[in-house]
Amino acid sequence: MAFTFTVNGKQHTCDVPPDMPLLWVLRDVIGLTGTKYGCGMGVCGTCTIHLNGEAVRACLTTAQAAAGKKITTIEGISANRSHPVQQAWMEEDVAQCGYCQPGQIMTACALLAKKPNPTDAEIDDAMSGNICRCGTYQRIRTAVRRAAGTPKAKSAKGGREE
Amino acid sequence: MNPIQNLSRREFVTAGAVTGTALVLGCSLGFKQPPAVEATSATGPEFSPNAFLSIGADDTITVTVNKTEMGQGIRTGFAMLVAEELEADWTKVKVVNATANQAKYGFQGTGGSGSSRSAWEPFRRAGASARVMLTQAAAKTWSVPESECKAENGFIVHSSGKKLSYGKLVEAAAALPVPDAKTLPLKNPKDFKVIGTRVKRIDNPAIVDGSAVYGMDMRVPGMNFATIVHCPTFGGKPVSFDDSKAKAVKGVRKVVQTETGVAVVADNTWAAMQGAKALTVKWDDGPHAGLSSEGIRKMFEEKGKTPGLEAKKTGNFPQAFEGAAKKVEVIYEVPFLNHATMEPQNCTAHVTADSCEIWAPTQFPNFVVDQAKRITGLDPSKIKVNITLLGGGFGRRIESDYAADAIEVAKQVTGPVQVTWSREEDMQHGWYRPASYHVLKGAIGADGACLGMMHRLVAPSIGGQRQPDGGKGIDGMAGIANTQYGFPNFLAEYVRANTGVPLGYWRAVYDSQNGFVQESFMDELAHAAGKDPFEFRRGLLAGSPRLKGVLELAAEKAGWGKALPKGVFRGIASHFAFGAYCAQVAEVSVTDGEVKVHRIVCAVDVGTVINPNMVEAQMEGCVVYGLSAALFGEITIDGGKAVQTNFHNYPVMRIKDMPKVEVHIVKSEEAVSGAGEPGLPPAAPAVCNAIFAATGKRIRRLPIRLDE
Repeated sequence: MAFTFTVNGKQHTCDVPPDMPLLWVLRDVIGLTGTKYGCGMGVCGTCTIHLNGEAVRACLTTAQAAAGKKITTIEGISANRSHPVQQAWMEEDVAQCGYCQPGQIMTACALLAKKPNPTDAEIDDAMSGNICRCGTYQRIRTAVRRAAGTPKAKSAKGGREE
Repeated sequence: MNPIQNLSRREFVTAGAVTGTALVLGCSLGFKQPPAVEATSATGPEFSPNAFLSIGADDTITVTVNKTEMGQGIRTGFAMLVAEELEADWTKVKVVNATANQAKYGFQGTGGSGSSRSAWEPFRRAGASARVMLTQAAAKTWSVPESECKAENGFIVHSSGKKLSYGKLVEAAAALPVPDAKTLPLKNPKDFKVIGTRVKRIDNPAIVDGSAVYGMDMRVPGMNFATIVHCPTFGGKPVSFDDSKAKAVKGVRKVVQTETGVAVVADNTWAAMQGAKALTVKWDDGPHAGLSSEGIRKMFEEKGKTPGLEAKKTGNFPQAFEGAAKKVEVIYEVPFLNHATMEPQNCTAHVTADSCEIWAPTQFPNFVVDQAKRITGLDPSKIKVNITLLGGGFGRRIESDYAADAIEVAKQVTGPVQVTWSREEDMQHGWYRPASYHVLKGAIGADGACLGMMHRLVAPSIGGQRQPDGGKGIDGMAGIANTQYGFPNFLAEYVRANTGVPLGYWRAVYDSQNGFVQESFMDELAHAAGKDPFEFRRGLLAGSPRLKGVLELAAEKAGWGKALPKGVFRGIASHFAFGAYCAQVAEVSVTDGEVKVHRIVCAVDVGTVINPNMVEAQMEGCVVYGLSAALFGEITIDGGKAVQTNFHNYPVMRIKDMPKVEVHIVKSEEAVSGAGEPGLPPAAPAVCNAIFAATGKRIRRLPIRLDE
């Protein structure tokens, strides 16, 4: 079945089954590999993307549900890594292996878009769906706080996402 | 072995390796090559110097890293070593991963917290050689004495002020003889500008914009996507399969059998996974279908009743125990654990009649080469193994089973194919941290003095599992037999108790459980002796000043002995492993049966530090990995299968569980040691000792279950 996906502002028409998870449409059909496969059942957060600005698990979002909506992936949150969350992640040297970090960053971006100055408890609440086996949680907390303190963090100016 | 002695002019890449406008330098890593590996050299059996550094006419400095990056930061750390001695402009430094070629690059296996130790001298030497040659080239170009020229931030600068960038000197430098390795000046540590500083991870930009390429992100023109189902029972094999329903799934192209499973090849991974679910496979369950956790535990218990092989003996423990005023006799147990790397196992391969190219997220590329030789029968010169970034390693990717899958599937299809395991396959077909059973005895004198202890480890052997007879001798005693405590009487024994469960090198390996048991038991002894757990340990560490040092530092930074908020209790543990010394103090509260870890104060002595930021990150990571296991981790075996399938029934730590981790690094000029694992063993016992302080309940079985 042909669906049209708007990913990072660009349209892609793909002939995929309606129940195919967006994760695999992005990775194997459209070719955007920044969104990662971790569990396939929505418990690790590694595949987190934005659907109409909401953080969702791409492994549980079907092609049919995603078609026609605005999809943002890690590749699309900014040009030149200018999003305050990306900047903070580099400044704090958050990543170790880095595999889960696109999902962490997408969750953090969605959090800050809603709550520009989250409390520590709100950060933990929002980020608890994202597993990191390397154990970068402490730096994630610090980086989210740093991003929240960055001027214009709320609007993510410079990126393609409002 | 000291690589200085092994370097000769011939071992350096010189003009022979200069291609076009790049100066390529390398040096021997000083590793003795096993013959089998040597034969894999693409350049033939004779010694071929390896190349770690090349400088382009455009000033780009390319460092080739011969170990696998899996988050420990070696791509950054190794480049720092080169940049330090080269006086490089860091912004011009690029890092590439070596392909598998041990004859050229030396031992490429990444594990045992050994990468920085192995690179410390060779990578600095590679940088120093280039610096000397570039300086000579500039002196020659300007017809001035070499002593008037010096290297500075990517330039050779003359005392008159004129300067030339490295790129401009590449051709002249390449024509010069390589300096004698023995007289090659390496920097005095007090002059280090890069080493010891917090250089940011070189991979950060690619990670935060999603462009970093892990195994599963490899895209090769014309490739297909596949997944595989293995026999659910350990050691089982497919007998036959019905793929009629699988082939009806849109996008499925082919179904092929491999040695251990059945793979579905499709247009995308999702179609392959749907096809795999639709397969009907008849399995030969093999010899291990009767395995269960309970059966294994009973076997351990039985074997633990008789003395094992003596791994270490000091004094006469049985006699000391006999005459002790207080005797402590307890059993400790830990379960099997899965590595659960965030990136499930996968590999991409392209096999033709006369070639095999592989893109593997592997810690041991040489094992992948071995698999390719075995499966394709091709000459090693026809096999190329590219190493991608790893979405976590932790020892899981020392194994090469995922690569064998990809090579076997690729052999049966046209064009490249990427084989991705589902999380369920990954969880149920791991190489598990061995479960173990520990018999402990301790002897305390009437005056409270520690008379000694006995630790009998009953565990399957990781090394023995691949030997037909299960292996012989002592294994798994790291963290016991090399205890740093000066016990007057000490006895360490090993009882081999093999099972059919596949075993692997899980972060910190046997130190992961042995450290937990030793340090929990030390706490038991301290309490039996009526002493403070910190002071009790300290009193036995006169012979190990570095472990004593971190113990004291952790205690001091944690405010050991000082008041804590109501309901919060401390526990302490220390451990020596992989050349490094680590101590941790945990602050824990227990409310309504819930354990909350508030803070871990970690003191570590890893010798010379290349990048303190990355050592801190490794300590934070070790604490999380160790506490994930202590709080949640357990693979149970039933019917010869792993019961757990995904993160919903194999929970791991999440950010809400994350304590504050404070890392204090001992300033040291001792040799570089490991950092990837030494922080793990003390975490669980520090927490469990704090739980004892809070509740009076001693945790002798992991994961922690207060109601047990």
